[in-house]
Amino acid sequence: MSALTFTLKYKPAQRVDLSPLVCHQLADLSLADIGAILLQSGKLKLRVDELFIIEGSDTQDIVINNSADNLDFIGKELDGGRISVNGDAGAYLAFGLKSGEIKVSGNVGLYAACEMKKGYLEVSGNAGDFLGAALPGNKMGMKGGTILIKGNVGERAGDHMRRGNILIEGNAGDYCGSRMTAGTIAVMGQTGRYLGYAMRRGTLLLWNQPNLSASFNDCGAHTLAFLPILFASFKSLNSRFADASIGFNRVQRYAGDMSEMGRGEVLVKL
Amino acid sequence: MIINGVCIDDTFAEAFPMKATRAIITAQNEKWAMICAQAMTGFATSVIACGCEGAIERVLDPSETPDGRPGVAIMIFAMGGKGLAKQLETRAGQCVLTSPTSALFSGIDGGIRIPLGKNLRYFGDGFQVSKQISGKRYWRIPVMDGEFLTEATTGQVDAIGGGNFLVLAESQPQALAACEAAIDEMRKIPNVIMPFPGGVVRSGSKVGSKYKALGASTNDAFCPTLKGMTKTDLSHEIESVMEIVIDGLTKEDIDKAMRVGIQAVCDLGAKNGIKRISAGNYGGKLGPFHFHLQEIMA
Repeated sequence: MSALTFTLKYKPAQRVDLSPLVCHQLADLSLADIGAILLQSGKLKLRVDELFIIEGSDTQDIVINNSADNLDFIGKELDGGRISVNGDAGAYLAFGLKSGEIKVSGNVGLYAACEMKKGYLEVSGNAGDFLGAALPGNKMGMKGGTILIKGNVGERAGDHMRRGNILIEGNAGDYCGSRMTAGTIAVMGQTGRYLGYAMRRGTLLLWNQPNLSASFNDCGAHTLAFLPILFASFKSLNSRFADASIGFNRVQRYAGDMSEMGRGEVLVKL
Repeated sequence: MIINGVCIDDTFAEAFPMKATRAIITAQNEKWAMICAQAMTGFATSVIACGCEGAIERVLDPSETPDGRPGVAIMIFAMGGKGLAKQLETRAGQCVLTSPTSALFSGIDGGIRIPLGKNLRYFGDGFQVSKQISGKRYWRIPVMDGEFLTEATTGQVDAIGGGNFLVLAESQPQALAACEAAIDEMRKIPNVIMPFPGGVVRSGSKVGSKYKALGASTNDAFCPTLKGMTKTDLSHEIESVMEIVIDGLTKEDIDKAMRVGIQAVCDLGAKNGIKRISAGNYGGKLGPFHFHLQEIMA
């Protein structure tokens, strides 16, 4: 069976909500049924076959070709299966992802992996603000799974994050790990201002010395036994994180945010 | 059956169902991993008075351990799951948490999950940190030498305890040398432990005693100094008897360990004073697992 492929015919003028096109919702549908699904685009409702050329049959393996940055909610609450996006993706990619795998070859917009529960998201380009965060007003961001971003991420990555891993090969914007409850964010590149702002627990693992707020206290240099196990868990990823030579277990440990609970930590490679 | 001049008795060892678990201890070097493992499996020779039976299963290469440090695998057996969990937790808390540079990991992925470091985390007094990595939960507990890393749970599985055989020799040094040779070979077999000191028991017991308070007493039929005083099971030339007790995860594991152990004893043979191999049982009425010596060596 070949992958169910949606090739975008033209870039729509308005943003489009692609949330109906997820593996578990298409499982028993024919191509004709899938083509007749209506997608919200501004005030309009567009048929899927109006926007996309539809080919293939494997609903558990979806490919979106020529994807554009105004296609929102790709892989919303995906529960098993795989979605590959060739091109950019809009906002709310992998929103509430429950299980399965989503890969994007380009850049992604705001709120990618927002309130993600489990599964795996890989983005070859950059990600916008609020990666793995909670919706505005909500208290719980990402609750599990792994996000790999090969490029840079915007502000507030991991805001209200509760569990799971966010792995960033590039740089992170301001307020990275803000209001974190737990989980791990690893940043190979540079981090912005207000790192870990109001974080309660959780780990920010850094390759470069950050510009830390006064509310983070130095706990000294340490060799931590859990780090080799953490790095070993990245071995299967298609990433620089899988490279054994990038791992380390010797870190400078900073505790914070002392203006909050203060049980979080920033670990900086020594 | 006679192998290399050693008579293999037509009898069987009688064993019992137990619950077992395995834990992996790592440390900065093998010396400290071994010290920690020895402490954790200390006073764990027999469930009769120790609450569990435990021993080192084998030394692990750094490539085999979760954190890439030198390690030791230990196994603990108990009559029930509740007792096993209690023993494991107590020993982990007093012997591993306290041991310099140590870390503690699950040695069995499946089975019923029982606490390993799950409750030890409270020692961290609120400073403990949880990390979930590849579906496993770990606890990082701040301690004075740095951080104690422990997996939250390990697996409890059904197992068998009490496999055994007796080595009957012409002298005490010869009996001990034969048992040492057997233990050297048996330690190469996975999934089994020999919980007694050095793997060898010199005080095998029988059920019952003339003293009401005791449920077990010396196995007088195999005591060489009582040959003329009791209904002995020893011929006149036997001067010393030693026993090797085996606990294992499956009957096949114990079979294999008994086979290599008895073979090692027989390799020394009659010319080294080894006369007979026998086994301890209760007439087959108490334990559901029977290990027939001649079948094992056939």
